Amino acid sequence: MRKIQCDVAVVGAGPAGLAAAGRAKAAGAGRVLLIDRDRELGGILQQCIHNGFGLHLFGEELTGPEYAHKFIAENQEAGVEVLLNTMVLQVRPDRHLYAMNRREGMLDIAAGAVVLAMGCRERNRGAVTIPGTRPAGVITAGTAQRFVNMEGFMPGRHIVILGSGDIGLIMARRFTWEGAKVEGVFEIMPYTNGLTRNVVQCLHDYDIPLHLNHTVVEIHGRERVEAVTVAKVDEKLQPIPGTERRIPCDTLLLSVGLIPENELSRDARIELDPVTGGPVVSDEMETSLPGIFACGNVVHVHDLVDNVTRESRLAGEGAARLVQGRQPGGPVLATRAGEGVRYVVPHRLHLANLAERETTLYMRVREPAEHVRIEASVGGERVLSVRERVVRPAEMVSVKLPPGSLPADCTGTELTLSVVKEGERA
Amino acid sequence: MEKLQADVVIIGAGVTGTAIARELARYELEVVLVEKEADVACGSTKANTAIVHAGYDAHPGTWKAKLNVRGNAVFPQICRELEVPFKRTGSLVVALEEDQVPHLYELLERGHVNGVPDLEIIGRDELLRREPHLNPHAVAALWAPTAGIVNAWELTIAQAENAVENGVKLLLEQPVIRIEREGDRVRTVCTPDFAIATRFVVNAAGRHSDEIARLVGQEDFRITPRKGEYYVFDRRFGHMAGCPLFPVPTAVSKGILVTPTVEGNLLIGPNAQDLEDKEDLRTTPAGLKEVLTEALDMMPDLPLKDAIANFAGLRAVARPSNDFVLGPASGVPNFINAAGIQSPGLTSAPAVAEEIRDYLQAAGLELNGKKKFNPYRKRLVPFRELSREEQAELIAEDPRYGQIVCRCETVTEAEIVQALHRPVPCTTMDGVKRRTRAGMGRCQAGFCTPRVAAIMARELGLSLDEVTKKGGASQLLLARTKELLLAKGAEAHA
Amino acid sequence: MTKERKLTCIVCPVGCGIKLTYDADRREILSVTGNQCKRGAAYAADEVFAPKRVLTTTVRVEDGFLPVVPVRTAQPIPKEKIWDALKELAALQIKAPVAYHQVICPDVAGTGVAVIAERPLPAETEEKAG
Repeated sequence: MRKIQCDVAVVGAGPAGLAAAGRAKAAGAGRVLLIDRDRELGGILQQCIHNGFGLHLFGEELTGPEYAHKFIAENQEAGVEVLLNTMVLQVRPDRHLYAMNRREGMLDIAAGAVVLAMGCRERNRGAVTIPGTRPAGVITAGTAQRFVNMEGFMPGRHIVILGSGDIGLIMARRFTWEGAKVEGVFEIMPYTNGLTRNVVQCLHDYDIPLHLNHTVVEIHGRERVEAVTVAKVDEKLQPIPGTERRIPCDTLLLSVGLIPENELSRDARIELDPVTGGPVVSDEMETSLPGIFACGNVVHVHDLVDNVTRESRLAGEGAARLVQGRQPGGPVLATRAGEGVRYVVPHRLHLANLAERETTLYMRVREPAEHVRIEASVGGERVLSVRERVVRPAEMVSVKLPPGSLPADCTGTELTLSVVKEGERA
Repeated sequence: MEKLQADVVIIGAGVTGTAIARELARYELEVVLVEKEADVACGSTKANTAIVHAGYDAHPGTWKAKLNVRGNAVFPQICRELEVPFKRTGSLVVALEEDQVPHLYELLERGHVNGVPDLEIIGRDELLRREPHLNPHAVAALWAPTAGIVNAWELTIAQAENAVENGVKLLLEQPVIRIEREGDRVRTVCTPDFAIATRFVVNAAGRHSDEIARLVGQEDFRITPRKGEYYVFDRRFGHMAGCPLFPVPTAVSKGILVTPTVEGNLLIGPNAQDLEDKEDLRTTPAGLKEVLTEALDMMPDLPLKDAIANFAGLRAVARPSNDFVLGPASGVPNFINAAGIQSPGLTSAPAVAEEIRDYLQAAGLELNGKKKFNPYRKRLVPFRELSREEQAELIAEDPRYGQIVCRCETVTEAEIVQALHRPVPCTTMDGVKRRTRAGMGRCQAGFCTPRVAAIMARELGLSLDEVTKKGGASQLLLARTKELLLAKGAEAHA
Repeated sequence: MTKERKLTCIVCPVGCGIKLTYDADRREILSVTGNQCKRGAAYAADEVFAPKRVLTTTVRVEDGFLPVVPVRTAQPIPKEKIWDALKELAALQIKAPVAYHQVICPDVAGTGVAVIAERPLPAETEEKAG
């Protein structure tokens, strides 16, 4: 078994891993190793050929491959080492990784710090339990995206989409642009799960109907999908008898959510947040295991890659600080999801960092709402209040805490984020 | 149409047909096994609970009672010879209410008559100690230590491979369309591509065995499909059941059980619904709800969020007997039925094969042992089960072991390539999945589909859009990009 | 002639439902309602008189590391030219290797806008993953 020593090992070379590796190197970590299972860097960005990436970070609309290209070039210049076609099989709490590839066989990688950046996977038919037959032609939006944009094949010609996640919306337009017919997008919730601009640019532009409060109740066809039956659902998301409608199609595309890919984290017994499905992290993006960091969609599912990059740079920086012995010490403050908030990341904040630098908290709301304030409070004291005209579960909210905005002594308390209606008080 | 000669044609390559094929491969015989699907194990074998039953269920005097216990006894040896994973976990029939306890004693008594060894009634404390996830209100259980779990399609593939290696000819995608008779004897079995002149025919056609029997004029039994629906849960939760946990049975089924699978998943099901349509493999909201409701009664903390798949299977129930239909068709002495094989059909398969062998012999087939018969079959070694050192050695020998194709189940390219080149042809995505588990994990093939398809295309000399899920018209991909756009012409979007 | 149009604004996450009336001949906005800010009005005017989109698709590649390369228009093109552009690009086949931002088509569908490669695409390599 070949042994490799490095300062920082980054698992996964999608947007999170690229940003973490680049920043770790820039922040002075010695040997940084970026490991990916695919045969090139960039991860899912390489199949996201549409534009809309980087608007916040670079002020221009890049496509996925362009966004990846920027970071690949940056990493190359910085001297990040890369291991491709390499699968990490195990992450040990002592920061040893077992990985393998066809050239070098089994590798034992000893790292000073590890950054987990494995991203997420798509929820599939089994996870959402769609009854019916089991023919070919039921495919997740991301798998279809890879076939169309990277392999040059069409998984279908006549498509029904279940779920209004962004990849599904993007693929509705993509399939249309390739000459396929998209019958419509069916979303079980009363609101869409994708960004508004995707609903407009991908569906409205091409007269593809979006049916809210609808789901697929049966898949038909023995060998290949022949049709699906859709139905309206009630407030409890149960199909309403009598509203069924059979739609002939050859493909059911699923865009029903993403799950952080935490098999390695779970095996290493890293503490996971049951709401996000990802590791519990500090503001350095360090997990419950010292020296093991995590960032990007493996921590929580983002909707904008720009935020993945920001968060992952923190992880890279944190890893570099750790290997250089510059990690912040001292007390930490826990964050908590309050009224109307589904989750908050990061879960722990170093008071030392809070005093010195701006800290961004990411959160998702439970329900769509208009004219609200996002309030941060510590020990019952309101420390920050931000007005938001509209908040939606599909769009992550970020809350910036300026340096020194917290009371000096808040040890032993929690920082709570809540959604408050204008004119009310948390 | 190609002409073939055989001593025995076996129709149907499920667990029963392949067990018979392997049994007959021990003798100097020309045996042809015909199957209508693109792979073996595609009927009832593919979708069932995969339990090797102890044998207390069936009523004494039935084929089911007789052959279950016999089959169970030889399972360890067969699985050893064929390198098929088999775990003798034992099983529990759990009384959840006090008034179900007498039924346990009834089963105990029936088990004694059927010759099931070592049955025992255990009390609540012992039960909950062994099965901590069980409903804490459970009262008592019948413990049957000889029960076990196996993988039904892996056993079937193994039997088929071993049969083929010992000279059996396997014809896939060949539905039997006609059987020609001469007087009272069957002479020729016809499929779309073959006319097989034969001395004997064995009907192991599962839920279609009544239709096959009708081709020779036998009308005295019919098969009604009985559907069962299932949920499979993530491999992280297989440990929640130590062994198959049955409720107290009903008139039509053994009830909805909770069981570990031999690969470590947790499986719940099946319900039982009698149907007319033999192709109705739909899962239904009502059926899935029934499965879930009853399984939750057995195990209240089922990991509902971590279901990874649901599916339905059809049991082949013979009417009017509700028992296996074994032996020659009336008036057609060289046509032998192995029909109506429902639960405990998997467990009974080895014993059914012996019975059919004896019927063939009684009908005039000479059985001369084959000196070169090799009972052993090498399994495709799963990379995931090896130690890190063994894994490293394998990669050094064949670099394709260094390429993981299926992330969830840790399946390598080498395993997929090997699965495609074994004695039984593997030409479908589902075939690769059943042989290697690629695509059977928690992402349900989201990650590996493009990768497996690419390897299949390369190894089998296909274009990517010719790769199918399960043969026939089940292509994964329907066109190349740009094709539709170029074909549409200017008028479509004018 | 006075016309009416309903739009969903995509300038920010609010997604206002904007209603506007305009004179199609004189290309003049007459009224805008439903928007909560000035940027919405500007968006609506653009959308009505000169809607433009960046087109992102693929072009077939011979002997490439991948059989297709992702491409995009260097600037947004008029919305009504999208289908012409798609068909023109569908007919193309280029040879690997392809450089980053290589011009694939200098003037697509008569828009005067170039189509460029979104990524570098090397020629096919020996070690092709499964």
